[in-house]
Amino acid sequence: MRPNIRTEADRSPEFAHWITSLPGAEKIRECMHCGLCSASCPLFAYMDYSPRQLMYLGREGFRDDVLGSFTIWLCTSCYQCTVECPRQIPVTEIMYALKRRAIEEKTYPKRLAIPVLAREFRRMVYDRGRISESWLVMKLMLKTGIHRMFGMVGLGWNLLRTGRFSLRRETIRHRGDLARMLEAVGHDSEVVP
Amino acid sequence: MKKLAYYPGCSLTGTGRAYDESLRAVFAALGEPLEELDDWNCCGATSYMSIDKAKAYALASRNLALAEREEADLLTPCNACYLVLEKTRRHLADSAEMGQRVQHALDAIGLRYEGKVRIRHPLEILTRQIGVERIKEAVKEPLKGLKVAPYYGCQVVRPYATFDDQYDPQTMDQLLKATGAKVVDYPFKTRCCGASQTGTLPKVGLHLVYRLLKEAQDRGADVMAVICSLCQFNLDVYQSKLRRVYDLPPIPILYFPQILGLALGIPADELGIDRCVVSARPVLERRAAHAA
Ligand code: SF4
Ligand code: SF4
Repeated sequence: MRPNIRTEADRSPEFAHWITSLPGAEKIRECMHCGLCSASCPLFAYMDYSPRQLMYLGREGFRDDVLGSFTIWLCTSCYQCTVECPRQIPVTEIMYALKRRAIEEKTYPKRLAIPVLAREFRRMVYDRGRISESWLVMKLMLKTGIHRMFGMVGLGWNLLRTGRFSLRRETIRHRGDLARMLEAVGHDSEVVP
Repeated sequence: MKKLAYYPGCSLTGTGRAYDESLRAVFAALGEPLEELDDWNCCGATSYMSIDKAKAYALASRNLALAEREEADLLTPCNACYLVLEKTRRHLADSAEMGQRVQHALDAIGLRYEGKVRIRHPLEILTRQIGVERIKEAVKEPLKGLKVAPYYGCQVVRPYATFDDQYDPQTMDQLLKATGAKVVDYPFKTRCCGASQTGTLPKVGLHLVYRLLKEAQDRGADVMAVICSLCQFNLDVYQSKLRRVYDLPPIPILYFPQILGLALGIPADELGIDRCVVSARPVLERRAAHAA
């Protein structure tokens, strides 16, 4: 394990610049470390860095700490931190941007189901325009470890019994629309070239 | 009143179909049947925003453009869809650059969006447009004796508080009170349900669920009323799993239009009451017996 000491060499000016140029995130420099974001965060207890720490490490350019952090994957986008922050720092939107960049740079912890979910989700939307939840869950289980399936049998049965599990594939009528649209909008890279 | 195009979203065609069934039934009973937005697509939810911002906005904007073509506002019951569509609407209005990029994408499929669509929530329409008084008058079977914990979840009140108070929302409380039910004081009204973490990081997600359920029970609630299909899923289907670890008596999780529908005299089958994994029948029967 690396010792919990940071040096100047760990700082990436590019990363600090990127994070503070996100929409609204220039305010990150005005963070007064009140800790309201962390105190209000429902996932705080499970995080390696608190939201406040993450904002601070980010603005100072500690790229590897931030992008390798578990915190960004724990964030459920509940926006509690955002509404609490007295400096109007868009903490949740910054978390989103960090997820995008971590996915793009593949710096997320191995075998984590969250990025896999995001990718499968995207593929299904691209192909069909709508999400068929049952299919998405099955795909996720196949990709992240079949062992999960055993624990899910009871749950699956309950959904089946109540008519909530459906193998119907939801599709929009103009199926080609989304692919054409998403291609036209172009790829939005988080990484500065 | 501007036309409303109903946007159910993916969840309401899947595991959350009872929300769809009960909403349609309630609006029909009040004489305002819902009309679905033709060929709507997935809003992108939190997943797409985690991958590509411009594509996420483009995806959501197709629905705005479809609604604009119908000269309608969007009626959006799911918390995640509500926020994604509202956020997109605001962002396209604020950022000329993103607005142009998205319009360019819409051009590719022959659509236009000029910013004329508002995102409305059933709670807003029911309390403001149809009105609590009209609903009270339509109540045929008051739910006297039913104690309900109102749970709103996160994304309808955060980060934007568009039609209700951010910390102590009241619209669902008003509707529940109109049914004759007792609304218990529930301080976790807008706390996070754990979202998809219940599936991706179960240990973490399920603990959040547990706290919400426990608090509702400690406050004396017989049932919880929810407005989001992901909240309903988390609070309902994981109870048996939680019971292996915690002392947690079953508590049914109903969508608010299911409760409203019962009070309006709509038969339980038409409201998808039996789609709850934790059956609501025992509580409802006990209440009816008590009231009789
Ligand atoms: S949005 Fe994310 S970081 Fe902010 S309070 Fe919610 S879970 Fe925590
Ligand atoms: S709430 Fe805002 S100002 Fe306070 S520590 Fe968090 S980011 Fe900084």
